[in-house]
Order: sequence, then structure tokens, then C-alpha cells
Amino acid sequence: MSDMYTQEVRHSIARRAAQELRDGDIVNLGIGIPTLVNNYIPSDFNIHLHTENGMLEVGPSPSPDSVDPNLINASRQPISELPGASYFDSGMSFSIMRGGHLDATVIGALQVSQAGDLASWAVPGRTVLGVGGAMDLVVGAKRVIVATTHLTKDGNPKILPSCTYPLTAKQEVDVLVTEHAVFHFSEGQMTLVEIGEHLTLEELKAITPAGFGVHPGLTVAKRKEAIH
Amino acid sequence: MPAIRKTAEEAMEYIRSGNTLMVGGFGLSGVPLKLVDALVKTDLTDFTVISNNIGTPGQGLGKLLNTGRIKKAVGTYFTTNPDVGTAYQQGKIEVELLPQGTFCEALRAGGSGIPAFYTPTAAGTELAAGKEQRVFDGQSYVLEKALKADVSLIKAHKADDLGNLVYYKTARNFNPLMAMASDLTIVEVDEIVPKGTLDPEAVITPHLFVDILVTG
Repeated sequence: MSDMYTQEVRHSIARRAAQELRDGDIVNLGIGIPTLVNNYIPSDFNIHLHTENGMLEVGPSPSPDSVDPNLINASRQPISELPGASYFDSGMSFSIMRGGHLDATVIGALQVSQAGDLASWAVPGRTVLGVGGAMDLVVGAKRVIVATTHLTKDGNPKILPSCTYPLTAKQEVDVLVTEHAVFHFSEGQMTLVEIGEHLTLEELKAITPAGFGVHPGLTVAKRKEAIH
Repeated sequence: MPAIRKTAEEAMEYIRSGNTLMVGGFGLSGVPLKLVDALVKTDLTDFTVISNNIGTPGQGLGKLLNTGRIKKAVGTYFTTNPDVGTAYQQGKIEVELLPQGTFCEALRAGGSGIPAFYTPTAAGTELAAGKEQRVFDGQSYVLEKALKADVSLIKAHKADDLGNLVYYKTARNFNPLMAMASDLTIVEVDEIVPKGTLDPEAVITPHLFVDILVTG
């Protein structure tokens, strides 16, 4: 796959994930594809972005001449401050997360299971010395929206009957958005609610080892960015 | 009582080999870099370091790591410095990894007289292995112990003579929590102002948590 194709796919996923947000939501965007979601939030929406290193009302990346090394997001990238911003210590920030005060988080994944388990921080056999805030975010946010490619870079499935990688959290995923489909999770069951018009249900099942039901109101969506 | 003013080098006299140290900062933002550099220049060693990260290669706590003086690191995200992984593989350093919210709450508990607490985070995952789990109202929680330290090295923006602290933007992060959770708190600040000039409503860390001030 070319880099350009990969970028198009990532943006396609981010654009669709942005549609899962609601006007007025307090949202934390994770690293990777989720950071792109900010580009696709409808302009008439007021979304309040939180960053776990201690700020609400995160603004867009500043111009290079106004970068402040002490105004960064959780990916340590420079950010800006919107009117109405507030700063707080990390304890308050994680109280916001774990305490159920975030309306939604958009987060990446290594694997998602059909029960809604998420694996996003460690790969077996490799030394993993970082977990960061992902576990608190997924446990605490009211809606957990996973935005990820349908397959790994090597073409292996990520959406599985059960996760084989160490878990971030059990049964916390609410929505899964990939370049091919959108799934909802409820009470340990996974349901297909939207499929790209560029593939058939059989083709989708062939790349999705997880068992899922099909919503009676299944939507077929145009995702031309993903067709190649 | 006014906080004691010292240079970064003088402040190191309060630290002993084998101490448990808390060091503030997220990435390199809010890290007391002058204090860490002064610590690197001492002969002190054998530290347990409680910090979200261990700097980046050759920067901040990365220097202390590379000179072999960190015995154990307790934090959440050491991936920003590949030298931690190398030292861990070579058996030179012990690592305790906590979810970041658990890390924060353990600091807050440590400074608040709470020995341990239950959190839903990490329940059912590898990071809860060996820890007591308990169900409340149908949900699983993990018992986590508070964190405390002999000395914390923190970064604030301004202090007054008494040691009241205000912070700057996202450099605040873990610093106020660590100031509460250590026996002795050494603060690196950009500026010290006369008492009475900080807005009392804006003070984040009251001076009773602050022992020594160093201007950066």
C-alpha cells in the first residue's frame, strides 16, 4: 500500500469517527488516527477537547513561531488555548476521565474483540514500558469510539472473537469505526450498523473473524477514499 | 515560615543515596531540569524514582538513568526514552508500570493520608495481576497503594517568599500532587515574588507543602 493510500484511509476513518460526536460533547482524542478527528468536526458543533496532561478547551496546532513548549497535548505536540480554557493538575484530569465526566473518547486499537474488549497498549513478546492514560480513558468515558484500520499493516485481522494481546479494558468499546464498516457494541454483542458500498457483507466477514450481528437498519455508506 | 532559598547545587544536600524521589513533569514539560541536572552532578545513587516518564535519551532524568543511578522507576510511560527499555533488558533497572490515573491517584492518596484505594482502571488486565480485586455494585475494582517519597523535585512558575506556588499551562501536571506526597519538597521556579503579590485565589500549592525554593 502506498503512503498516500494509507493517509487517505486514515482520514476516511477520522472523518467517519467525527460523525459519532455530538454537539456540546466533552471529548478526549487519543493518539494516531483519533488526532485527525479534530479536522472533521462539523463547524457548527461546539466540541470541548480535553487533554489528559491537564487542560480543557484545547485549540489547534499553533503556527511555528507561537509554539510554547509548556502548552502541549498528551502526544507532546504543541497546542493552543481557546477562549474559556482551564488548566488543572493530572489528578483532576484523571478524575474527569475516570469519574465519567467525559462524554466521549476516540481512541486507536491494536485489537478489538466481539465482546467490546480493547487491546491497545502492548504486544506479547515485546517489552512494554508504557501504558499512559489509555486504561483510565476507556474505563471512564461515557462513549468509547474506537477508530482504527480494519486490518494490521501486515494485513492481519484486528477484529477478533477475543483479543490475543494484553487488554486495555474489558467490554468498554461502544462504537468501532474502520475504513470498511461501523459496528456498535452492547451487552457483549457486536452489531454491524454501516458497511462501505465498496465491499459486500461476505467480503467484510472474510476480513472480520469476530462474530457479529447485522442491524436490520444497516446503512450502506459511500467511502470512496477506501476503494483502491 | 518562609521557604528556604538555595541554589540547585546546595539543594542537593537534602538528598541521600537510596532515597525515593518524586520528579514532576509530563514529557519534558514541567520537569525541574535544573534540579535534575544538579542531581546528576552529585555522587548520589541508588534512587527509586517516581515520575511519569524517565526523560528522553540524554535529557532530564535520562541523564540520571544513563549514569546508572536509578535502581527502580515507578511511572506510566517510559516509552519516550528507549534507554529505559535497554536498561530494563540488561537487568539494571526495576520498573513498576501504573495506569496514569492510578499513578495520579496514588500520589494524591500519598499526600492525603489514604494508604490505598480501589479503582476500576486495569481491572481484568495484566496490570492488575497479583493485586487484590473486589466487586462493588457489580463492577470490578483493583486495590492500589498510595505513593510517598522522601523528597520531591518539582517545577512551578512562580513562588512567593513563603513558598505559595502558581503554575504555567500544561507544565502543572503532576507537580502539585507530588508536592503533597513527599517528606521534603524542593521547587524550581522561574521567579520568586514578595508575599502578598500572588492572588490568593490563584495559588495552587499552599506554602505549607513547600520546603526549599530554587530559581531556575
